[in-house]
Amino acid sequence: MNSQSNISTQVQHKWLNVVNLLKAPSIILLLVWMIVPLSMTVYYSFVEYNLLYPGPKLFIGLENYSYFSTDSAFFPALFNTLVLVGSVLTITVVLGLALALLVNQPFFGRGVVRVLLISPFFIMPTVNALIWKNMMMDPNYGIFSVIADFFNVVPINFLEDLPLASIILMVSWQWTPFALLIFMTSLQSQDTEQKEAAQLDGAGFWSIFRFLTLPHLARPIAIVVMIQTIFHLSLFAEIFVTTGGGPGFASTNLAWLIYRQAFLAFDVGVASAGGVFAIILANIVAFFLIRAVGKNLTE
Amino acid sequence: MMLNISQRKTVKHWATGLFAWLVALILFFPILWMIMTSFKTELQAISQPPLLFWETTFDNYILIQERSDYLKYAFNSLYTSVGGTLLALIIAVPSAYAMAFFPGKYTKDILLWMLSTKMLPAVGVLIPIYMITQMGGLLDSIYPLILIFALMNLPIIMWMLFTYFKEIPKEILEAARMDGATTRDELRHIVMPLSWGGIASAGLLSLILCWNEAFWSIQLTASDAGTLAALIASYSSPEGLFWAKVSAASTMACAPIIVFGWFCQKQLVQGLTFGAVK
Repeated sequence: MNSQSNISTQVQHKWLNVVNLLKAPSIILLLVWMIVPLSMTVYYSFVEYNLLYPGPKLFIGLENYSYFSTDSAFFPALFNTLVLVGSVLTITVVLGLALALLVNQPFFGRGVVRVLLISPFFIMPTVNALIWKNMMMDPNYGIFSVIADFFNVVPINFLEDLPLASIILMVSWQWTPFALLIFMTSLQSQDTEQKEAAQLDGAGFWSIFRFLTLPHLARPIAIVVMIQTIFHLSLFAEIFVTTGGGPGFASTNLAWLIYRQAFLAFDVGVASAGGVFAIILANIVAFFLIRAVGKNLTE
Repeated sequence: MMLNISQRKTVKHWATGLFAWLVALILFFPILWMIMTSFKTELQAISQPPLLFWETTFDNYILIQERSDYLKYAFNSLYTSVGGTLLALIIAVPSAYAMAFFPGKYTKDILLWMLSTKMLPAVGVLIPIYMITQMGGLLDSIYPLILIFALMNLPIIMWMLFTYFKEIPKEILEAARMDGATTRDELRHIVMPLSWGGIASAGLLSLILCWNEAFWSIQLTASDAGTLAALIASYSSPEGLFWAKVSAASTMACAPIIVFGWFCQKQLVQGLTFGAVK
């Protein structure tokens, strides 16, 4: 009896080792991928280090931080980052929901409509930005200016006058299909009998939506918010291709500000301090998000 | 005029359909317009009012291949996306399997931590990564990109696989064990067949994200290892109006992944919902 239980604990131990061996690579790789660059960034943020002036890397305390945070672009960039993420999330979730409800109805050619609707998600961000910059928003030849001419209105110079809104439009166009994809699938798994029963009891469209559909979609919405936040906090390609952060700082986000500092001003120290700010911001957002959404995900 | 119920249903059916088609065409229009423009001459591309009918030309496509060697960039995109995805899957499948079937005390915390590493903005670690790559003499090479793409997508892949593996009913495995199945049998005949769907959808999403990735490709590559995303970004400089050529290059850069996405739509969605849909 005793020896038998010994054997089984031995087997369990062996198993545990195998299991840990399987788990280890992903954990270790991600740990290295996180810690090595992170500690380098933190180190550079405390030294004087400009690629244009090679020399000893002197420890200068918090000077890089104060330089970066007193840059006149700092607060606009912080603000723009949050506005960008917030607006895109709101637009894509609302629009994605509306479209999902729409294509959940039966009508002719629904399959083709779905394919057309989700296509923007597969477009690469650089192409997305170029299409909108040139063929849609160009003040002379773009489609929007053609429409404005048709109605005899003065065309808007989107990227000059509404740079941040233009970028929000591009990103939302790309990510609404993502929300739609997920909501569409969840709606298909909604209990139709429950809905029909509610309809028989005289519940209207809105109360069904409010009390049956929305709770059913709580988790998918959490997923959409989570994944999109991850991608939009460090939005880069669209700004790189279209506005270059301008005019002024009107479309500069934190990612762009750091990029400008590092690769246009060659100031590694200051850029690293900016990197640390970006990481702190991401952590604050992540903290709230994971508390709000993460629980929902693991259960 | 009074309509009976079935007539009202038909009207509603047609109205919904028309509206949905209208919305779909508006949202698809930029892509359609890009494709149309790619078959025009430069003059036709900016003609006012815009041309809806014209004599199609394939010159732009020929020019793009001749001038900027489209195929080289396309192959770089292919190698990095497939390489990064395969590498990520090789690391993630065993890990996610172990975490789903033999969860430890901290498994959920580890998974949440993994997801939180995705929140670290790439730009915050750009300089160190750039310098490490430079020190290794690997700037403008596809190998660091493959590694970065794999690590970049690893957390999401882990999540998708974990939730997928978790859905596999443990009772089946227990029943198989009672019938004398070894671990290898279990893996081969039960776990693998049941999880192909999840692995496929995680792989698909990773392929799409890698193919479209722009940040690291722009920063770490130039003419040798440049991917299509980086090639397109190089067209952003305003050297004049070359809409037709830019459109041709863009169409060729996006076409493979769009067609791929259309075909794999269902498969892709399965994993994306993270087990939210049962």
